[in-house]
Amino acid sequence: MARDVLLESVPDLRADLDRESMAAADVRTEEMLVNMGPQHPSTHGVLRLVLRTDGELVLDAVPHIGYLHRCAEKIGENLAPYQFIPKTDRLDYLAAMNNNHVFSLAVERLAGVEVPERARYIRIIMAELNRIASHLVSFGTYGLDMGAFTPFLYAFREREMILDLFEAACGARLTYSYITIGGVTHDLPDGFVERCREFLDYFEPKIDEYNRLLSYNQIFIKRTGCVGVIRPDEAIAWGLTGVCLRASGVRWDLRRCLPYEIYDRFEFEVPVGLPPGGVPPVPAGVPAPKVPAGTCVGDCWNRYFLRMIEMYWSVAIVRQALDGLPAGDYRSKVPRNLKLPEGEVYFEGENPRGQLGFLIVGDGSPIPYRVKARGPSFCNLSIARRICRNCLLADIPAIIGSIDVVMGEVDR
Amino acid sequence: MQAIRGEDILKPRWDPALRSRALRAVCRGCLGALAGAAAGAAVARLGLRGHPVAVLLLVVVPLGLAALAAVAGGLIVLAGPIGRALRRFAAPVFWGAVIASVLLIWGVAELMGFVGELARVDPVPEAVTAFGGPLTTGELRESLRGPGRFVLLSGLLWPLQFGVVRDLVVVAGVVAFVSVFAMFAIWWERKVSARIQSRLGPMRVGGWHGWAQSLADGIKLLGKEDLIPAGADRPLFCLAPYLAFVPALCGFIALPFGAYWVFRNLDVGLVFVLAMVGVEVIGVILGGWASNNKWSLYGAMREACQMVSYEIPMGMALLVVVTAAGTLNLTEIGELQKSGWASWLAFRNPFTFVACFLYFVAALASCKRAPFDLPEAESELVAGFMTEYSGFRWCLFFFAEYAAMFIVSGLATTLFLGAWYSPLPVRWGAVLAEGGLLSRAVHGLVFCGPLWFVAKCILLIYVQMWIRWTLPRVRIDQVLYACVQVLLPLTMLALLGQSLWELLVPRGSALGLAANAITSAIGAVLVMGAVGAAAYGRMNRRRLVGSLAVEHLPGA
Amino acid sequence: MSPEQIAEILKARFGDAVIAADMGAHPQVIVAAGHWPEVARFLRDEPALGFNMLRSITAVDRPAEHVLEAVYDLLAMTPPEGAPDGYWTARHAFAVRIRVDRGDPHIPSVADVWPAADWHEREAYDLLGIVFDGHPDSVEDHDGLHPRRILCPDDWAGHPLRKDYVFPIEYHGIPGTTEYETPNPVH
Repeated sequence: MARDVLLESVPDLRADLDRESMAAADVRTEEMLVNMGPQHPSTHGVLRLVLRTDGELVLDAVPHIGYLHRCAEKIGENLAPYQFIPKTDRLDYLAAMNNNHVFSLAVERLAGVEVPERARYIRIIMAELNRIASHLVSFGTYGLDMGAFTPFLYAFREREMILDLFEAACGARLTYSYITIGGVTHDLPDGFVERCREFLDYFEPKIDEYNRLLSYNQIFIKRTGCVGVIRPDEAIAWGLTGVCLRASGVRWDLRRCLPYEIYDRFEFEVPVGLPPGGVPPVPAGVPAPKVPAGTCVGDCWNRYFLRMIEMYWSVAIVRQALDGLPAGDYRSKVPRNLKLPEGEVYFEGENPRGQLGFLIVGDGSPIPYRVKARGPSFCNLSIARRICRNCLLADIPAIIGSIDVVMGEVDR
Repeated sequence: MQAIRGEDILKPRWDPALRSRALRAVCRGCLGALAGAAAGAAVARLGLRGHPVAVLLLVVVPLGLAALAAVAGGLIVLAGPIGRALRRFAAPVFWGAVIASVLLIWGVAELMGFVGELARVDPVPEAVTAFGGPLTTGELRESLRGPGRFVLLSGLLWPLQFGVVRDLVVVAGVVAFVSVFAMFAIWWERKVSARIQSRLGPMRVGGWHGWAQSLADGIKLLGKEDLIPAGADRPLFCLAPYLAFVPALCGFIALPFGAYWVFRNLDVGLVFVLAMVGVEVIGVILGGWASNNKWSLYGAMREACQMVSYEIPMGMALLVVVTAAGTLNLTEIGELQKSGWASWLAFRNPFTFVACFLYFVAALASCKRAPFDLPEAESELVAGFMTEYSGFRWCLFFFAEYAAMFIVSGLATTLFLGAWYSPLPVRWGAVLAEGGLLSRAVHGLVFCGPLWFVAKCILLIYVQMWIRWTLPRVRIDQVLYACVQVLLPLTMLALLGQSLWELLVPRGSALGLAANAITSAIGAVLVMGAVGAAAYGRMNRRRLVGSLAVEHLPGA
Repeated sequence: MSPEQIAEILKARFGDAVIAADMGAHPQVIVAAGHWPEVARFLRDEPALGFNMLRSITAVDRPAEHVLEAVYDLLAMTPPEGAPDGYWTARHAFAVRIRVDRGDPHIPSVADVWPAADWHEREAYDLLGIVFDGHPDSVEDHDGLHPRRILCPDDWAGHPLRKDYVFPIEYHGIPGTTEYETPNPVH
C-alpha cells in the first residue's frame, strides 16, 4: 500500500470536519439537516445520523453514538472475570456466545488456564452456531431495510431453531453466559448432537433459497450493488475487520490467519469479495453461487453476500466439530478467586461482525485493573461518515445495514 | 389465587352497572321511538292525508330507529351467546354474510330498477339526473303483488322513483362497498402476507381465521386520540386524508361493475377515472407538507414524483386498448368482450397483450405498492407522509390506498380482462338471461355479472399483494429511471404498434385471427400454469416446507 | 520478525524516543509522547515493519504512578505473495505504550497516520481525559482544545473511567445518585 494512497483517504477527514459547516445556522436554504435516529426503524439500534441533504442527495452524514453506553469497562474493573462474562453477553447481544468465547480466551491466556478438549469443541460448536444466528439476523434485517419483508421471517424461523438448541444447552435464548473461564458452564444435554445435525441438514439448503429470493434479485442488486464501495487499503487503514474487510478483497480471517482455540483442526474456507462472475468457495454438495453483474468488490452487496457464504462454512465447521466431539470434562477446575497475574494481554477473536478484542490488565488480584473491549462494530462504523457521502437518502440504510452494526458493542 | 383460563382472557367482560345502564337507555329509546311512530302515524293520517313523505318521515323513520334500538338491546343482552355462536359457526356465518350481502345488493338493484320502470324513467340513468315522474303510493301498491297491502312497503319504495334518491342510495352503496372491501382487503393482505412469510396471520377475532380483525381494528382506530402535531398546519392536516380518500371514491362513479351496474355511464369514463386517481396525489402531498415533519415531506416529494410520472405510461398503455376499442366509454369497452376468452381485449393482438403487463406495472407504481412503495417506506422514512397520522385519519389514507388498488384493478379488468364477462361466451347462456329470478342468478354467476368483475379485481389485487411481499423496494432514482427510460418507450412502442395494427390489419383477417388465437392460447397457458403451480404447491406443501418445519411450526 | 527485533529497529532509529521495551505476554515498547507521530509513521511506512492496521487504542489510568497510559495495538497484515486470492498473513503484532503525566496529559494525534485512530482517540479522551493534539475532530471549550467526546454527551463533566472519578450528583436535572452523602457507595 503506497503511502499516498493511504493519505488520500485522510484529507477529506480534515476538510469536512469543519465544525462550522455543520452548524444549523450555516446550512444553505436548499439544504436540510435531517436527523435519522436514535429511534428509527432502520438504524439497527440507537444510532443517530445527522444528515445534511440537498433533496435526496446526502452531502454529509455524521454518526453520533453513545446512546447505549453502559460503562461495561468500568464495571469490568469491579468484577472478577467469571462475573464479567454476563456483561460480555451484552456487548454484541446477537453473538453472545462469541463474546463470551473471546473474553474467556483472553483471561485464560493471561492467567494460564487450561481448557479440556471437549470444552474446546463445544465452544467452537456454540460459536459457529451463533455466527449462523447472527448472520441470519443480519440477512433478515437487511432485507427489511431494502423493503423485502419476507426474508426476515424466514431468517427468524431458522434462528428460532438455533435458539432452541441454545436454550436446551444453557437455558437462555439471547444472553447465554455459557462459555466461561476454563470451559463451558454445563455439558451438552442428551440429544443435542442429533438435534443439531438435524438442524444443519434442514438449514443448509435454505441458504440457496435465500440467495434465489433476495441475493440475486435484480431490484436488490440495483439497491446495493456498487453502493458504499470501500477500497482494501481504506478498509485496513480505518481498522475494519470481519466481513467489511473481506468484502473489499482482503482475505483475512483470524480463524485462518492467526488461529486460536482449535480452529486449525477444521477445514474451512473464508470467502472474499469478488467481481461479477466470480464464484466464492462453498463446501462440497452445495450449489455454487455466482456473483451477478452490477456489483463490484467492496460494495454493500458483497458485504451482505459474504455473510450468506459464511453461513455455509459455519455449517461445515459445526458438522466437523460434532463428528470429532470427544468425551471428557466440560470445564476445568478454576478457582473462584482466580488471580490474574501482573501484566496484560490483548487477544482478538473473530466475531460475526469483525474482530472483538479484549485488553485485560491484571494486577495480581482476582479483579482486573483494566478491561478494554475493542468492539468490531465501533471500528466498522467509523468509516460510515466517509462512505455515506454523495449518495442518495435511500442508500444510507443500505450502507449502515451492510456494515451490520450492533450498538451494544459500539457503545459498550 | 384462581388459575386463569385462556378462555377467560378472550371472553369480553361487561361491567354489570354499565351493561344495565346501556340496556335501560336502549329500552327507553325503543319505546320512545315506537310512541313517536304511533303519534306520527296519527298525524300523517289525519293531518297530512297520508302523504308519502310524511309517512316516510313520521312513521317509517321512527320505526326504523325503534328497530335499531331493539337490535342493539338484543345484542347487549345476548352478547355472550352470540359471541360464542359466532366463534363456533364462524365459517358459515362469514360465508353466509358474504352471500347475504351479495343478495342484498342484487335485491336493492332489482327494486330500484322495478320502481324506476314503473315511474317511466329509463332504468339506465343518463348523465343528467332524471327527476322522475311522481308515482303515487297507490299505484305502487297495485304493482306490488301481495306485500303491497302494507302502506309501509310502498312508503319505503316511493322515494326510489326520484333519480336523486336512487343516486343517493347508490352512493351510499358505493361508500359501503369501498369500506367493506377495504376492510376485507386489509384482512386478506394480512393473511396473504402471513402465509408467504410462513406465519398464520389473524386467527382469533371472530373465530374463523380472524375474519373480524379489520372490524375490530376499525373500532379501535375510531376510538384513538386525535393527535395533531404542534407545528402542523391544522386545516391542511385535517383536509389531506379526505383529499386522498374522496377521489378514490369518486373513481367508482364511472367504474362499471356490470352492464347496467354503473353509477354514471360517462362517455369519457376512462379519462374520468384516471383523473380521479391522479387527484389523490394532492392529498398525499398535502399530508406530507402539513405534518411539519421532514420525513413526511420526503415521503410527499417522492410520492409527487412517482405518482405523477407513472400516470404517463399508465395512460398510454390504456390508450392502446382505447385504439382497439374505439371508445372511452367503459361500459362499451366492456361490452366488446362478451364473446368469451378470445374476445378479451388483452388477447386482441400482441400489442394489447404487452400493454396489459405494462399497465399493471405502471399501476403498481401509481398505487404506491411495493416495489414502488417509497413514499411510505418504513425502513427509511418511518411511515413517509403518513408518519404523523393516527386514528381515523390514518384509516382514511389506508382505505384510500385499497380503494385505489381496486380502481386500478377495475380498470385493468374492464379494459384488458373481459370486464364483467366470464371466459365463456355470453351467447351460450342467452336463454338463461330471459328467465325468472333463479335463472337470471345462474346466468349472472356463470356468464356475466358483477361477481365476475369483483372476482377478477380481487385476483389482480392478490397479484399485487404477492408482488409486494416478495420484492424489495426500488430507489427513487431507479423508479424514475424505470418510468422514463424503460416503461415509457415500451408503452410508446406498444401504442405505435397497435395503431399501425388497427390501420393495416383488417378486422377478421387471417393475420388478426391468428394473432388473436395465439395470444389467447398464450394467456390460457399462463393461467393454467399459474393454477397448476398453485395446485402443486398446495398438494406438496409439507414436502416443500421441509421436514423440521413440520414438527416445529404451527399450521404448516 | 520477532518483537525483540522490532524493538531493536526502533531503538536504532529513534534512540531516546524509545524509552523501554517489554517483551512479556504483550510485547511492546514505551515511546515518548513528543516523538510519537514520527515513530508511528515509521512503523507504518517502513517496509520491514509495515504495521498497517491499528487494532485498538487502550487508555489506562495509573494514579499510583501519576500517569495516564495509551496503548496502541498494531498489526502488520501482508498480502499473499504470488497468488492474489490467497490468505493474507499476519507478519507481526506489536504494541506501543505512551505514558503521560496525569495532570496535563497530551499526546499528539495519529489520526493522519491511521484513520482508525480517529474514534479510538475520541473515546480515550472521553473516558480517560487524554488530550490528543491535532485530532481532526477537535472542539474548543472551557477545557481547551480537545477531541470531541464520543460516548458521553458533549457537555459531560469528568472522565468516567478514571480511578478517582466521582459520578455527578445530577445532570441537567436528572439525579445521578440517590445516595447524596457517599460518592462511591459500596453495597
